[in-house]
Amino acid sequence: MSAATPFALLANATSLPWAEVPAWPVAEFVRETAGELTRGARLCAWFGVSEGSETRLVAVLAFDADNTLAVARSTPFNGAYPSLTTTHPQAHLFEREVWEQHGLTPEGHPWLKPVRRTVGNAPANGEFFRVDGREVHEVAVGPIHAGVIEPGHFRFQCAGEEVLHLEIALGYQHRGVEEALTGGPHLATMSQMETVAGDTTIAHATAHATIMESLAGTEAPLRAQWLRAVALELERLANHTGDMGALAGDVAFLPTMSACGKIRGDFLNLTALICGNRFGRGLVRPGGCLHDLEPERAAQLLARLKTALTDTRQAVAWFWDAASVRARFENVGVVFPAQATEIGMVGPAARACGLVRDVRYDHPAGWHRFAQVPISVWPGGDVFARARVRSLEIRRSGEYLQEQLVSPAEGGLRSELAPPAPDTLAVALVEGWRGEVCHVALTDAAGRFRRYKIIDPSFHNWTGMTLALRGTAISDFPICNKSFNLSYCGFDL
Amino acid sequence: MFVIDTITHRLKRGCETMAYPKGPAPALPDRHGGALKVDASKCADGCNACVPVCPTQAIARPNGKPVVLDLGRCIFCAACVEVCPPKAIAQTGDHRMAVRRREDLVLGEPGREQVRLAAALDEKLRRLFGRSLRLRVVSAGGCGGCEADTNVLGTIGWDLSRFGIQFVASPRHADGLLITGCVSKNMELALKKAWDAVAEPKIVIAVGACAIAGGPFVGNPQILNGAASVVPVDLFIPGCPPHPLTILDGLLRLLDRLEQKSETRPVT
Repeated sequence: MSAATPFALLANATSLPWAEVPAWPVAEFVRETAGELTRGARLCAWFGVSEGSETRLVAVLAFDADNTLAVARSTPFNGAYPSLTTTHPQAHLFEREVWEQHGLTPEGHPWLKPVRRTVGNAPANGEFFRVDGREVHEVAVGPIHAGVIEPGHFRFQCAGEEVLHLEIALGYQHRGVEEALTGGPHLATMSQMETVAGDTTIAHATAHATIMESLAGTEAPLRAQWLRAVALELERLANHTGDMGALAGDVAFLPTMSACGKIRGDFLNLTALICGNRFGRGLVRPGGCLHDLEPERAAQLLARLKTALTDTRQAVAWFWDAASVRARFENVGVVFPAQATEIGMVGPAARACGLVRDVRYDHPAGWHRFAQVPISVWPGGDVFARARVRSLEIRRSGEYLQEQLVSPAEGGLRSELAPPAPDTLAVALVEGWRGEVCHVALTDAAGRFRRYKIIDPSFHNWTGMTLALRGTAISDFPICNKSFNLSYCGFDL
Repeated sequence: MFVIDTITHRLKRGCETMAYPKGPAPALPDRHGGALKVDASKCADGCNACVPVCPTQAIARPNGKPVVLDLGRCIFCAACVEVCPPKAIAQTGDHRMAVRRREDLVLGEPGREQVRLAAALDEKLRRLFGRSLRLRVVSAGGCGGCEADTNVLGTIGWDLSRFGIQFVASPRHADGLLITGCVSKNMELALKKAWDAVAEPKIVIAVGACAIAGGPFVGNPQILNGAASVVPVDLFIPGCPPHPLTILDGLLRLLDRLEQKSETRPVT
């Protein structure tokens, strides 16, 4: 499928000279991209690169079945171009973002409005979609929500209990992450990568470290790659377990809620056993890892992991045994497989629509080239399926960790990295617990970051949640929301 | 049969809430390091090795003056500890680091080697909030880390509600705000509105390096470098994120609930 593409091919965690990326006039670039997406490619990244007063567009595609990525760019231009969204809705937020950042207008885009730009002391939300009719009412929620949770604004159009349409306006968490990377890497860059989305520290840190290693032409030592894979699954276990507890809490099933709330902490403490920080900060660095998992420490980790996994299995079993829980989750918040494909969903939310996509398997890099985790898929696209996929992944991550902890890679922990290659484009994908974390870096003539693009899985999946709400009772919003549990700061950057 | 299963399991596990603060505090992970302390008298003449390695510019050594470390800016990466040969900056392993005044996090001058831990609220506020404190959490540019480790205090292991402290859904129900995040410009208006909606008297607690000074994003033009830029802060809890134990210690310290003493409820 990818063999005939005019795009430049590259594997995950590799780089290629900027000059070797094919460039076409924008109309042809959009047409070629649309052609590849129609043939089954997936849009990982779409962004602008300033070139004097003009801008180039860059597209990074994934051919999942071929385990390869593809990249192309437009020639520099200003003004308008034919929108890709009109034929491929998975580009809709990317095009809004490019419009906001570079002023390029995608002609024909059906809903062109700001993504995260500031106006005064709040984001420029723009106009909201409104449904007319005497029976229709509008419900506005946020930016500050009822729980201990990040901010975002939700606008529901309802007829009685039924949600006709949900529009989500984000941007409240915008901290200027990408802007700060220009001219980098800087001293604070690694800490900023660890907090792009704080519950996804290992995935984002690994993606960034991989970019730096790829630009230096040096791999991290195998032991560091192994340790990153271990930490990545611990991160997945903690978050999935927390989500199972939160889902239980939202349907008032307290035994699982109480148990999972505590076990989540047990998993976080295992990450802290490795590096001192419950979220894994200070573990992953370009060139390797900062802390080792010595045999005694690994043995202690394994023993505590087994206990936590047994506790999780028990707590999750109560949950699935209860008909009252299953009945609350079935056929609620459905996203159809065709919709999920069309909007480019990733991660557990996509796998719960029956889509078989997982970076660890499709685009293996680092330790995943040597040891894989089976992909967990469930059909249905509803809250039930999303909970089910998490539950399967908890089991498989647990099994993977138990295998890995008794067969560690030997050797050193850090490689010396050469300075980043100049005028080079590098791409790194990592399967975080929410799905595909994508980092793309372009260096300038001095090897500094000319452009650094970060795509958190939430960027793809928020649209999925708005679709899940259509035709659903507004009272089911909390369980739909928990079943996705998307990141606000990862989206807002 | 899950009902019987659940009950049996619960009976077997017993009470899972930790003994702290009546019993000893749970141990921090051995690689955590805890609060930092600064003994500037150990600094070698002309050495400023710690200054350029700090990702958040939390350390300064002005000409001829002792080294100064701002624990409010610190994200606890320990890069300074590693490059300091005479161990002038060292980890204490102590989870306690909440303070009432921002300047109490600035370490280095003689007599200011360690954080000056928070004093309790004054008598009037303590009588109001000491046994019942309701907080509205506002994440303003937070990454989810401080939010998660605040949220965890509500789980059965920590059981925050046994101290009469609860997180509530509306600022109208709250005695104060607990703020996480560097305070993005995009959250300025919402944060101000939430603060205005809390009835007087009210308190503000800033949790984490971001809410104290901007954390890893300090200096970015898109942020306001912490909660104090918008609202007055009564308690600063450092960390990236602070360990739940550090947050709990700060809350209990503020309410004067840490010392073992007899019930102080006034008899009427």
